[in-house]
Amino acid sequence: MADTLIDATTPRQARPDARAPELSWRESTTGYLFLAPWLIGFFGLTLGPALVSLYLSFTDYDLLSNPRWVGAANYVRIATSDPKFSAAMRVTFLYVALAVPLKLAFALLVAMMLNRGLRGLPLYRAIFYLPSLIGASVAVSVLWRQLFAGDGLLNQALKLVGIHGPSWISNPDTALYTLVALSVWQFGSPMIIFLAGLRQIPKDVYEAAEIDGASRNQQFWRITLPLLTPVVFFNVVVQTIDAFKAFTPAFIISGGTGGPIDSTLFYTLYLYQEAFAYFRMGYASALAWVLVVIIAAFTALSFLSSRYWVHYDG
Amino acid sequence: MVDLATSDESPPPRDRSGRALIYHVVLCLASIAMLYPLLWMLASSFKPDSDIFGNTSLWPHNFSLAAYWRGWSGLQVTFGKFFLNSLVVSLCSVVGNVMSCSLAAYAFARLKFRGQKFWFALMLGTLMLPYHVTLIPQYILFLNLDWVDTFLPLIVPKFLAVDAFFIFLLVQFFRSIPRELDEAAMIDGCGPWRIYWIVILPLSVPALATAAVFTFIWTWDDFFGPLIYLNDMNSYTVQLGLRSFVDSTGKSDWSALFAMSTLTLLPLFVFFLLFQRLLIDGIATTGLKG
Repeated sequence: MADTLIDATTPRQARPDARAPELSWRESTTGYLFLAPWLIGFFGLTLGPALVSLYLSFTDYDLLSNPRWVGAANYVRIATSDPKFSAAMRVTFLYVALAVPLKLAFALLVAMMLNRGLRGLPLYRAIFYLPSLIGASVAVSVLWRQLFAGDGLLNQALKLVGIHGPSWISNPDTALYTLVALSVWQFGSPMIIFLAGLRQIPKDVYEAAEIDGASRNQQFWRITLPLLTPVVFFNVVVQTIDAFKAFTPAFIISGGTGGPIDSTLFYTLYLYQEAFAYFRMGYASALAWVLVVIIAAFTALSFLSSRYWVHYDG
Repeated sequence: MVDLATSDESPPPRDRSGRALIYHVVLCLASIAMLYPLLWMLASSFKPDSDIFGNTSLWPHNFSLAAYWRGWSGLQVTFGKFFLNSLVVSLCSVVGNVMSCSLAAYAFARLKFRGQKFWFALMLGTLMLPYHVTLIPQYILFLNLDWVDTFLPLIVPKFLAVDAFFIFLLVQFFRSIPRELDEAAMIDGCGPWRIYWIVILPLSVPALATAAVFTFIWTWDDFFGPLIYLNDMNSYTVQLGLRSFVDSTGKSDWSALFAMSTLTLLPLFVFFLLFQRLLIDGIATTGLKG
């Protein structure tokens, strides 16, 4: 969670009696031996590739001939004359803006209900968590496709009440909303985190509020929500980054195209198409770096704004 | 089901008002709504296609396993091969992740060496980095190593602790183990390797199990990695196999499609039943995404 992360970045104070301040070479060598697999991975699979991808983003590269330096042309094209990029941005931002708040609202609502000391809490919690656990599978995306198909479960149910539903998946006006629904269906893991957060709020605060005559509504807005803001913050950051990176459902539901009419063209799906369908590796690398900048900007904004709405140690 | 009815957490005081009943009704309805699609999939896999559309009742009246047989060998390569491939990739990933991440975590949590803080900060930094920026150069690297269409691009990174999240998780856990145990072992003449092996690892079974279970589930579910690196159907994982099956049968054979979907989810259900507590605690205490 957010606060344990901060805790982990400040390693424990070395105990004064433990060691002499100067570390022997032998000790350092042992440390580096333990760290060796990670170091190889860090340089060979993370740092090295990240730098190469930064370089490639300034080139034209199709895997066959050598990369050709084109300066900032890829970025200029992204910014000014790529309708597919604009479509992907529109779809992705709409998806993030709808899926994340809805998912977190459901997660908080259900967590609050479960925190009332009901019987059967573990059973409910398990049922609500199950979709989160399996949600990334292709099987779930396949199921979703059939659920919202023209003759799928939803329309069968609607037919019972006399409504003739459209084919949700192949209609560009509704396709994205089926993906939002799929994301909201997986509210279980943020719910578990909310539940853990709710458990930490001391009960005497509520008792005091009750004595002062605060209604349940007031208790929620004045006590629960403010004390829960660190958890809300954590969930918002994690879920938003995750939503930006969503890929499998859009790929399966649209058959890899992002259709109909680019209505499910998630950013990552567009990146995949550029890289692995058209082998425009330079352009795809530029797209990847734009995604990093978007995610970094969002994260920075969240952290900057957090001092105005996140209460630590309220 | 296992372990669902008991809870060792201390729940808040029971709500004895009539409100509790309303909550139960709402939660039960919500549970049914959440599970209904999955039950529909399961039930449809036992029905002939005509029954999936013909009637809305869940219970299959003409119960049949035919869809499973049709689906199992519906492609040139059977699903048995896909399951075997997925199992190999997932188990190797579990071994690789647990080994490499626990080694790195031990170095960060217990040893002292020059530049330790620096590397730790870098490790945390990689947590934030979306994999898209390393994707293309990694692909080029593995292509040049001739590893495309082998499992190596999916497994080798796990042996190099690329999933830094698990390092972080294990560092947190290792730090909670009393140092006196290390010191006692040191007095008995144990070096760092033996302390890692006979003190730290055995005491960290819950954290290692959490890392192992999540690694298995995420690797089993992974679609993007196999999609990029595996082109030959003989090396497909279940996720790729299922996707090809969707493309080939499309809308023609729903029950077979549902049958194979159900099968690919089966290992996850088993993990869910066996390790539910571990999974939920893992999310609640570390913020792991489920």
